[in-house]
Amino acid sequence: MRLTALVAALGALLTSLAAPAQAGVTHVAVAANFTEPAKEIAALFKEKTGNEALLSFGASGAFFTQITHSAPFEVFLSADSDRPKAAIDGGFAIPDSLFTYAIGKLVLWSRVVDVTDGEAALKAGKFLKLSIANPIAAPYGTAAVETMKALGVYDALKAKIVQGNSIAQAFQFVDTRNAEVGFVALSQLYGVTAGTRWEVPPTLYAPIRQDAVLLKTGADSDASKAFLDFLKGPEARAIIERFGYALN
Amino acid sequence: MSEGETIRAAFKGKLGSFSLDAAFVAPAKGVTALFGPSGCGKTTVLRCIAGLQRLPDGLCVVGGDVWQDPNGAFLPTFRRPLGYVFQEASLFAHLSVRRNLMFGAPRGEGEAAKGKIAFDEVVELLGIKALLDRAPGRLSGGERQRVAIGRALLTEPKLLLMDEPLSALDRTSKDEILPFLERLRDRLSLPIIYITHAIAEVERLADQIVLMEKGRVIGSGPLEELQSDPTLPLAIARDAAVTLDGLIEAYDGRYGLVTLSVRGGSLVAPSAAASAGEHRRVRVIAGDVSLALGPPGLSSILNVLPARVASANAVDANEVVAVIALGPDGTGARLLSRLTRRSWEALGLAEGASVYAQVKAVALAPGRGELG
Amino acid sequence: MPGIPSEIWVPIQLTIELAAITTLSLLVVATPLAWWLARSRAAWKEAVAAVVSLPMVLPPTVLGFYLLIALGPDGPGGAIASLWGARTLAFTFTGLVIASIVASMPFVVQPIRNAFAAIGDRPLEVAATLRASPRRAFWTVALPLASPGLLTGAVLGFAHTVGEFGVILMIGGNIPGRTRVMSTAIFDFVETMRWREANMLAGGMVVFAFAVILLMILIEKRFARARG
Repeated sequence: MRLTALVAALGALLTSLAAPAQAGVTHVAVAANFTEPAKEIAALFKEKTGNEALLSFGASGAFFTQITHSAPFEVFLSADSDRPKAAIDGGFAIPDSLFTYAIGKLVLWSRVVDVTDGEAALKAGKFLKLSIANPIAAPYGTAAVETMKALGVYDALKAKIVQGNSIAQAFQFVDTRNAEVGFVALSQLYGVTAGTRWEVPPTLYAPIRQDAVLLKTGADSDASKAFLDFLKGPEARAIIERFGYALN
Repeated sequence: MSEGETIRAAFKGKLGSFSLDAAFVAPAKGVTALFGPSGCGKTTVLRCIAGLQRLPDGLCVVGGDVWQDPNGAFLPTFRRPLGYVFQEASLFAHLSVRRNLMFGAPRGEGEAAKGKIAFDEVVELLGIKALLDRAPGRLSGGERQRVAIGRALLTEPKLLLMDEPLSALDRTSKDEILPFLERLRDRLSLPIIYITHAIAEVERLADQIVLMEKGRVIGSGPLEELQSDPTLPLAIARDAAVTLDGLIEAYDGRYGLVTLSVRGGSLVAPSAAASAGEHRRVRVIAGDVSLALGPPGLSSILNVLPARVASANAVDANEVVAVIALGPDGTGARLLSRLTRRSWEALGLAEGASVYAQVKAVALAPGRGELG
Repeated sequence: MPGIPSEIWVPIQLTIELAAITTLSLLVVATPLAWWLARSRAAWKEAVAAVVSLPMVLPPTVLGFYLLIALGPDGPGGAIASLWGARTLAFTFTGLVIASIVASMPFVVQPIRNAFAAIGDRPLEVAATLRASPRRAFWTVALPLASPGLLTGAVLGFAHTVGEFGVILMIGGNIPGRTRVMSTAIFDFVETMRWREANMLAGGMVVFAFAVILLMILIEKRFARARG
């Protein structure tokens, strides 16, 4: 009698251990500009699958350097397409896992000057400082420069440019009105009603493809693969679009 | 004495758990010793006189100048024409001895006018010529203290305050400096208020003494008077002594003895060669004075003087300290005599009794010629 | 400078200028503050000390953020800048100097305060008894006695400004020739994977930091010896 009870108890214990094998954890490096949508997606991801996505936010360049030096990230959501490609080329990421999860939209924003007609405002140049993200560090910065060149105002405005080391910083300069105008990501203006904005026509700059990739460290992680799948899914895409990104 | 000839000080207040209520008047010349046990408030009083400490209820008038009064007048320390010598020399470590000395000296060129203390004079007075270009860190304790005294003198003060300048020094350094202090007192017409808890220093240097205990002044006046005042702790201390001013009458080279006259009598004491007319301080310990009713027969005691018993007080259960006034009519200088109660009663002594004071030993303070 | 490309040389020059001006300004500002902290008996003195030390403890992003607001049109910086028609002190060398002063202040105040406190009351009382007014006592006694502390503070302030990264990043705008200092230049080189240039600058900074620390140790030794 007692032996049977023991076996039953052991069996129950083992089953209970076996059951939550699906409640996994994945470490995701997320480009700073994608912070808010990523948080919502991760919450929904947990609700739907029980898996936990631990998010780290920061500059894609910094992440890349860390990844190439064995940082424990398993998934990389970059702000551009160059870095995921470089990760694959360097053998740090799985080639087939690459896809564009969002397309960034560049916006000219100001809390001081009326930039509803952005082109005119740029040509008029009635401001002291224009904020952009450092082109070296962020594709939004490159896009801003491309836009200004395409409009033929780059040379005139060059002296007024100040660089934030990330798109978040570029935003901060404009938000605190230290720079009267600035090129930021549309996604950053989600929920922001202050000031005026001008969505830059996509023809003026090379599309800001934000690519995601599964890193070597996460190759065997079910949770990581599940996260990337979720990112491609309809629920995630709805969130992404709502936040002001374009989709593939 | 007129205002201009005195230093008046009165301070009242609480510092932490210590309560001070001290007042005295000192002459504006000579050395006034501020004497008492540790913690009785001597340093506090000196610091108040200097203005380093400010008690709201304080009075300090020096030679007619008001440095502080209870109505709120208060001259900050740096405006008071004083010199202050601390217990530890506290020389400025970043300046040479010479620059330390000159730190507080009045600015502006001009020859040392009469009455002013010149640099060379001070250096000579304190024997610090060889030290002038050294760094303070390279001096001994005694040397540092002499420089500190010189530094204070060169500010041309009207009052010199010294807070136990010798206590931080070892025996040898003390003995080395004491003569310089005596020289200071003798040569300069500067009033000096001198704190010490060593009665030996008082006896050698002071003319007046202010006795303090537990934050209060329990007596002030000429040294001789206070030493022989039976109501004060000085007279009843185990090592009680009296210091008298003696005038040298003669010197006996054959026996190395000097005869000095004091008020009411003469004393004979061993001494190095000395010339008549010199003043010397003479110290007589109470325990060395015994009393006799009639002139004793042959005895080895050199000094037997007629005197009268001025007063007597019991100390402990079995001892008596008697104040003996020299001279057959008891009008001369006072000595202390410590004897057993048994002897006192056996001799039938009482106030006013005529006695003979037998002084077994008389100590002379070193004379000028004995300075190192 | 011949041989060294301007993209390396200019940030170095800018950094040294920034550090020098910041250090001198700090000595002027920090010394009276350190004096007050060392001598005052005000009840709120330590609260002031804590505020002064904040930049040492706050993450640069927090500090940088508040500085951004303070230097901008919504803060005192903007008010000052409007005197010459600008809107903000951010993105200017002046703004960098102000930010560096705030960020390096604790490193300068602390050693000077300690040096003043170590003097104690006695030398100043002595000075007063030697006819020195409080002002004269400060200049001729307190300051010389505290000079090793001032030197230490200057060296630390200089070194800290050279190494300051986070705050400058937040308010500088990375303008070449104006606000692109060594630390932000290194950041750029790392971002673009130009390791050689990054190493040149970073390596230089390591050598510099080493020299600074060595210098400080030698200074303290020399002064300790002189005092006997």
